Amino acid sequence: MWAWLLRRIGQIIPTLIILSFMIFGLQQLMPGDPALILAGEERGDPLVLQQIREELKLDRPIVEQYLYWVGNVVQGDFGFSWRIRMPVTDLILQKLPVTIQLATMSFIIAIIIGVPLGILSAVKRDTATDWAANGIALFGISTPNFWLGIMMILLFSVELGWLPPSGYVPLWEDPVQSLATTIMPAFVLGTGVASVLMRHTRAAMLTALSQDYIRTARAKGVSEKSVIRRHALRNALIPVVTLGTIEFGRLLAGAVLTEQIFTIPGFGKLVVDAVFNRDYPVVQGVVLATALIFVLLSLIADILYMAINPRLRQA
Amino acid sequence: MSTTVATKAPPLERGQSPARRAVRRFLRHKLAVAGLVVVLSFILIAALAPWIAPYDPIATSWSNIRKPPSALHWFGTDENGRDVLSRLIWGARASLMAGVISVLGAVLIGVPIGLLAGLAGGWVDATISRIADAMLSVPFLILAIALAAFLGPALENAMIAIAITASPVFVRLARGMALDAKSTDWVEASRALGNPPWRIAFVHVLPNIIPPLLVQSTLAIAEAIIAEASLSFLGLGQQPPAPSWGSMLNSAQRFLDGAPWLAIAPGAAIFIVVLAFNLVGDGLRDALDPRADRR
Amino acid sequence: MRGVLTLLALLAAVAPAAGQPLRIGLKDDPDILDPTLARTFASRTVFIGLCDKLFDVDDKLGLVPQLATGWSWADQRTLRITLRPGVTFHDGRPMDAEAVRHSLHRHLTMQGSFRRGELTNLQAIEVVDPLTILLRLDAPSGAFLSQLSDRAGMILSPAATESMGREFGRAPVCAGPFRFVERIAQDRIVLDRFPQYWDAARIHIPRVTFQAIPDNTARRANLQAGALDVAMQVEPDDVPALRRNARLRIAQAEELGYQVITFNIANGPRSRTPFGQDARIRAAFEAAIDRQAINQVVYGGQYTPTVQPVPPASPYHLRAIGPVPGRDLDRARALLREAGATTPVSLSLTVPNSPDLRQVGEMIQAMVREAGFDLRLNAMEYASGLAASNRGDFEASLTAWSGRPDPDGNIYHGAHSRGATNEGKYADPEVDRLLDEARAETDPPKRLALYDAAWRIAIGRDRSRMYLWHRMNITAYSARVRGLQAHPDGLIRLQDVRLD
Repeated sequence: MWAWLLRRIGQIIPTLIILSFMIFGLQQLMPGDPALILAGEERGDPLVLQQIREELKLDRPIVEQYLYWVGNVVQGDFGFSWRIRMPVTDLILQKLPVTIQLATMSFIIAIIIGVPLGILSAVKRDTATDWAANGIALFGISTPNFWLGIMMILLFSVELGWLPPSGYVPLWEDPVQSLATTIMPAFVLGTGVASVLMRHTRAAMLTALSQDYIRTARAKGVSEKSVIRRHALRNALIPVVTLGTIEFGRLLAGAVLTEQIFTIPGFGKLVVDAVFNRDYPVVQGVVLATALIFVLLSLIADILYMAINPRLRQA
Repeated sequence: MSTTVATKAPPLERGQSPARRAVRRFLRHKLAVAGLVVVLSFILIAALAPWIAPYDPIATSWSNIRKPPSALHWFGTDENGRDVLSRLIWGARASLMAGVISVLGAVLIGVPIGLLAGLAGGWVDATISRIADAMLSVPFLILAIALAAFLGPALENAMIAIAITASPVFVRLARGMALDAKSTDWVEASRALGNPPWRIAFVHVLPNIIPPLLVQSTLAIAEAIIAEASLSFLGLGQQPPAPSWGSMLNSAQRFLDGAPWLAIAPGAAIFIVVLAFNLVGDGLRDALDPRADRR
Repeated sequence: MRGVLTLLALLAAVAPAAGQPLRIGLKDDPDILDPTLARTFASRTVFIGLCDKLFDVDDKLGLVPQLATGWSWADQRTLRITLRPGVTFHDGRPMDAEAVRHSLHRHLTMQGSFRRGELTNLQAIEVVDPLTILLRLDAPSGAFLSQLSDRAGMILSPAATESMGREFGRAPVCAGPFRFVERIAQDRIVLDRFPQYWDAARIHIPRVTFQAIPDNTARRANLQAGALDVAMQVEPDDVPALRRNARLRIAQAEELGYQVITFNIANGPRSRTPFGQDARIRAAFEAAIDRQAINQVVYGGQYTPTVQPVPPASPYHLRAIGPVPGRDLDRARALLREAGATTPVSLSLTVPNSPDLRQVGEMIQAMVREAGFDLRLNAMEYASGLAASNRGDFEASLTAWSGRPDPDGNIYHGAHSRGATNEGKYADPEVDRLLDEARAETDPPKRLALYDAAWRIAIGRDRSRMYLWHRMNITAYSARVRGLQAHPDGLIRLQDVRLD
């Protein structure tokens, strides 16, 4: 177990190093010259371009740029945004609470929808209830987030006027307003995760229900309700716990278009804007930070899985 | 958007006809059959687009812009006076191709690399696994956006970007299956007999991979269709004036309250096809899972 | 669930009554809030509340004093500016001639300054007394003064620029009606009323927040839902619906800039096509396009079709060149025949990947097809498109210029052989001479004649680019906002604005 854990942690560092190569490689490949974008309508002035390149070290070889960046990152300095000249660390710290709030709310919504549906559809397998539950769950994974988001704004904000279409307010400033501005995006994101949770809960539940001890319990005349509650449910929640961490990680970074539609100032919007503006320090910093969070969450998921499911320890 | 964790189907029992049993089980799954019917009809629609589309999908008519659905134009007309139904039918080509071809690409990239990792082991495995981990740790859409921006906006490039981005899942799947197979007696025996690794991969591992691969592929197609729509929504997919569902949604954005049908039609089409692929995937999963018969 | 939603909505609807901030929705997130280093329209929208300038531009594009009280030319190359007494910066320090010298010096010399090009004629700055300053130019310039009505004329607190250096933009200190409070990147910028503002009596709002909402639908929906008081850069398509809404108002003014198609005439191998080499084929292309029809279909007829870079509001609008010609397919076909072009003429048009401009591209594609052009559209995201045009990797490119109050700022960059954004590399010695002469000319009628002559060569004869229209700056706002005026530069002056 300990050897496994050490090996697992040891894998994180090469993963991050490879990731940093990938980020730098991609930004070399991408068309578009950051200096041209920064110069805007002044781009015809060679001196302006030259000064920008010098200041941002764009005139140096890529290896030198990379080493310089790594050297700073190791010291906890992610550099500053070329476009708005704020330290990338500040940007990340500004966005992190927003993103965590949105991810948490989405995840709660996903659990509320996904887990009961999964249990229900397993218990009532091959009945109309099962199909309906599957249909609801698949709805979430089958609608493009941006489309669902736009439709919700149309309905709840423009037509009914119940919810503000955007305008995020921090939780600590005005909790009610904050929830009101994030409930729609959280729902949009949550439905997608709900589908995943539902399907895995269903599968785990079906497996659990076909186990020998359950059959024995049934044969002994234990009531179906108690079979489900006492025996099957506990096993069925394993995927929720382990998958949950990974899905939570995805929520932290995967909300790109949803954030754009609802103008939630989170990670996704930050990094997409940075990609389109070729604001590379921001791209590098945010992608590295999200990847780190994701990798750590996967590690936690693996540990949890081991802890819950000891049979796997030998694998 | 999320990737479902691949379920590992245990090796099929030999000596019976697993394929026939799987088909029988699949057909029992009414929703999955319905999904398959929908998928096949969309493929048919896409294939027959030139004959069944009532109008030319790029023929503009400035006097006839943003007209609501009518007998002449069932789904209305768009901002250039083009028939939305015809664009939807032609757009099915782009969207289905984006889904199927990019997943095919992902399989072709991911499976051989995954088999290599699993069978070779050692530093090859370690390197490949870390690269796959690194790619999986970047949000799907961000990687796809960066790749699509690099390749330039075009439907084919969007498909390449999606294929590359989706491949690590298949790397992991194939690697896992290869590791499983490696530990079985018959592979060890085959190795002892001096069969080269590539032969082992093709003769022993690949057949076992096909069931989980099928499941994962149908689900990945569903995701790829949404990914293409998202890239087109950001202007990185199909180029004007050719239609794709995503680019139709992209232009429809501007007219949401004045002409909602422009957004509803392609949105609903994406939903139905993706749902159908998901249903087929679910059905396949159940059908190919030997435990399903035990109840 | 429904009950909870209703409750939340009710709570959200109960807005605080008095002393509320003015919430302005922007299309783009502003870049750095440092007048020396800033380049976007979005940051100018914020500067208008934050940093006063030596001069402002009125709605007829005339100069009016702001931090200055007046100006005079001591001779052709010496500008004398008198300053407003009793003005203080947000840090409480006085705004005087020394501060003006300091700011202009910074704009002119700081590394990476985007103002250097605008102040290029400025040779020396002399403080005469605390309220008078002399600016010496290296050559006579008819364009110089108007530069002081934008960011180059913004005066920054010397104490702050010295202590903050390049970080000034993170907490700018100026002499505008509002002072900087905080900025949450890609979310909002908050400014508070500055009580010691020199014109404080005209400021009635305690706080302004700027929020970037790039999605047009979302920005408009925010306004309709009451989450914004002002939405800037509203889409022309939305105007009819907004007009029907009794709780909303619209202010619109024609922009200073224009939309244009630039042709690759001499920038690399892609210019060496019949289209790039023969002005008649380009004239045929132009004749096949119906600007007014595109304006009607894509922009609801809100924009002003044009054939020139200077908008009608400017005194330098070239009236003598006549009205915008309509579509003439016969002429287009005749021109192609005359040029001996083999039809269909193959051509690629690079368009930005925004939905409206893609639609413009689609319309142009359909229109020129009838004349005998096989036009391929190439939609590119901004950064890629910029790099491609710069290295000459285009044949025709749909692009825009944000506009300057002085005509030189709208003409020189695209038509002069050394123009900053002359990406088609059009070059004609006579045009260069005329534009250089016009730049130095201070007599308006003579200047106008020079621009007219330059137009007739660069556009009328050589078809180096095709001007399409002047866009409309449309601002939608809540009926609770009073005193808001539209302005050709698209910025909202916060003076006299009230919120009921």
